Amino acid sequence: MKKVLISTTILAFAGAGLAQAQMTEVGPGEGQLDIVAWPGYIERGETDAAFDWVTKFEEASGCKVNVKTANTSDEMVALMNEGGFDLVTASGDASLRLIAGKRVQPINVDLIPSWSTVDDRLKDAAWHTVNGEHFGTPYMWGPNVLMYNTEAFGDSPPTSWNVVFEEVTLADGKSNKGRVQAYDGPIHIADAANYLMFHKPELGITSPYELNQEQYDAALNLLRGQRELVNRYWHDAFIQMDDFKNEGVVASGSWPFQVNIMQGEGQPIASVVPEEGATGWADTTMMHVDAPHPNCAYLWMEHSLASNLQSDLSVWFGANPSVPAACTDGRGMQTAEGCTKNGLDDFEKIKFWTTPVSSCASQGECVPYYRWVSDYIGVIGGR
Amino acid sequence: MVASHQGLAQRVSDAFWRRPRLLLLVLLLPPLLWLGVVYVGSLFALLVQSFFSIDEFTGLINYEVTLKTYAELLQPANFDIILRTTLMAASVTVAAAIVAFPIAYYAARYARGPMKALFYLGVMLPLWSSYLVKVYAWKLILAKEGILNWMVEGIGASAVLNAVLSMPVIGGGSLSVSYIGTFLVFLYVWLPYMVLPVQAALERVPQNLLEASGDLGASPGQTLRHVILPLALPGIIAGSIFTFSLTLGDYIIPQIIGSSRLFIGQAVYAHQGTAGNIPLAAAFAVVPIVIMGFYLWMAKRKGAFDAL
Repeated sequence: MKKVLISTTILAFAGAGLAQAQMTEVGPGEGQLDIVAWPGYIERGETDAAFDWVTKFEEASGCKVNVKTANTSDEMVALMNEGGFDLVTASGDASLRLIAGKRVQPINVDLIPSWSTVDDRLKDAAWHTVNGEHFGTPYMWGPNVLMYNTEAFGDSPPTSWNVVFEEVTLADGKSNKGRVQAYDGPIHIADAANYLMFHKPELGITSPYELNQEQYDAALNLLRGQRELVNRYWHDAFIQMDDFKNEGVVASGSWPFQVNIMQGEGQPIASVVPEEGATGWADTTMMHVDAPHPNCAYLWMEHSLASNLQSDLSVWFGANPSVPAACTDGRGMQTAEGCTKNGLDDFEKIKFWTTPVSSCASQGECVPYYRWVSDYIGVIGGR
Repeated sequence: MVASHQGLAQRVSDAFWRRPRLLLLVLLLPPLLWLGVVYVGSLFALLVQSFFSIDEFTGLINYEVTLKTYAELLQPANFDIILRTTLMAASVTVAAAIVAFPIAYYAARYARGPMKALFYLGVMLPLWSSYLVKVYAWKLILAKEGILNWMVEGIGASAVLNAVLSMPVIGGGSLSVSYIGTFLVFLYVWLPYMVLPVQAALERVPQNLLEASGDLGASPGQTLRHVILPLALPGIIAGSIFTFSLTLGDYIIPQIIGSSRLFIGQAVYAHQGTAGNIPLAAAFAVVPIVIMGFYLWMAKRKGAFDAL
């Protein structure tokens, strides 16, 4: 054990030394680039020929792109800890862990000409900027929207999350009981906190990810009431779509991904970011502290902001580009209407996902994530 | 004397002949290493984790041996999960035995030629297709707007189905979101594992014992109870070990079909990962091991393995 401790300490110091060293110039590519990414994030036209943002990069830079997909943030962190990769498309719950663990290096934005085109609201986002240093380039972001069935809601589309948190009678005259869903992950507690933040200001919630015991209990109580309304929680995007089609579900928190697919199938589906705002995710391309191919990595970061990637990926994934111009300048298939549909205009209403920790900025001590997990299991189990 | 002039292979062969135990050791070493390091080793690593605990404030793992994590299993929310999973496994096992016995009996005693082939095909066919495909298919069958509901409505039995679904605990909004649905899918998916051992056991019951029972004046029911069932019991127990342990460990079916209430496998999955509560996940993983150990011990006491 002692030996392990010593070697980790040495590693940590070595990491700290390296973390300070920013690159100062981008040389010619090393011929290869290894990226850890979410499934569907790096497409080379093999899934669908129309969606390809790798081939041109490989031709221009000579860097052969290898992708290792990861299904959870934990997998991403584990792969980056293992090493041997250049880049990772980290979400807000992984990015700060990677920075704290010194697995990623600060990047020199002067070496990325398209940095200036990045959405100003994302340039200094807290999930990739620490002490003024940028630990990556913004990749994609998206909201968790309220998806609903337009036939059930008729002429009065929902404007509040109350349709999934409290029992109400819908426009078709029937109760919402048994006809709504909620996300089957502890992070859904944040959605409840977000709802309370708007409707119960006396609780003093300032961030749905930083809850003290009292605020946390209020959120859990709201979710216990929700359990009475929910027949099944959703976990898998495709199962949720099936439940909307075959199980009579009419409203649920969801991703633009499902909304786009179901609208494409001609289903009576629409979505909204309600008055309370919504939670959401934002991913960052981060560079490993010991990246074996740093020049290719910088070339890719530039490519990820400058090419058709931002535009086409936004269509492919139902997400929003980090470069707003990608919606309108015709570099890819995305259009201004498409971006609006994906929620580009709702940025201010989105509380981006971060991992709840016990020592939180807003109020000293908060309920940490592992308790979110065990308590949410209890809520689903009817406790 | 001659041996010293021979080649290496010959000498090794001689050594093995002189010391048979050496040969045994060499032959057993690779599988023993596999079992010891990969199998028992990983299990042991898991067991050890379950004796650590998570620090309430920092969320870091506290590497001191304690039973605190096991005490957490007794908290109502966690104990519910254990109880739910065990009850589901038990009911699936009993139902599988009841459904499988007549099928296996027919196949072992009556089916001949093409019928026998058809039986094997019928039982094995579901095992050839992907587990996930079957579960998703069942989701569609059981859905509120699915084929089963449509049929029930067609024959005018909606009231019956609604009465069943309105029962507390096992009922729900539709078959696909109730325990009944989860139960049906478990039963379907694990049934072959019950049919095959029961059929094998029934085939070994000698025909002359049944004839003797009849000659001595036993009614068919008595023959079944006192001759066939006891002789088929090892097969039923073997099948029940499969269905029981498979249901205990499954974490995919309850995620797709049912009311989202967690089963043990899902709890393990939820606690490791971002939550980082490996001790509790490990403690949960130990539960099926303990239950199965107890189950096997009971089965042994009942004499289920005597015939083996």
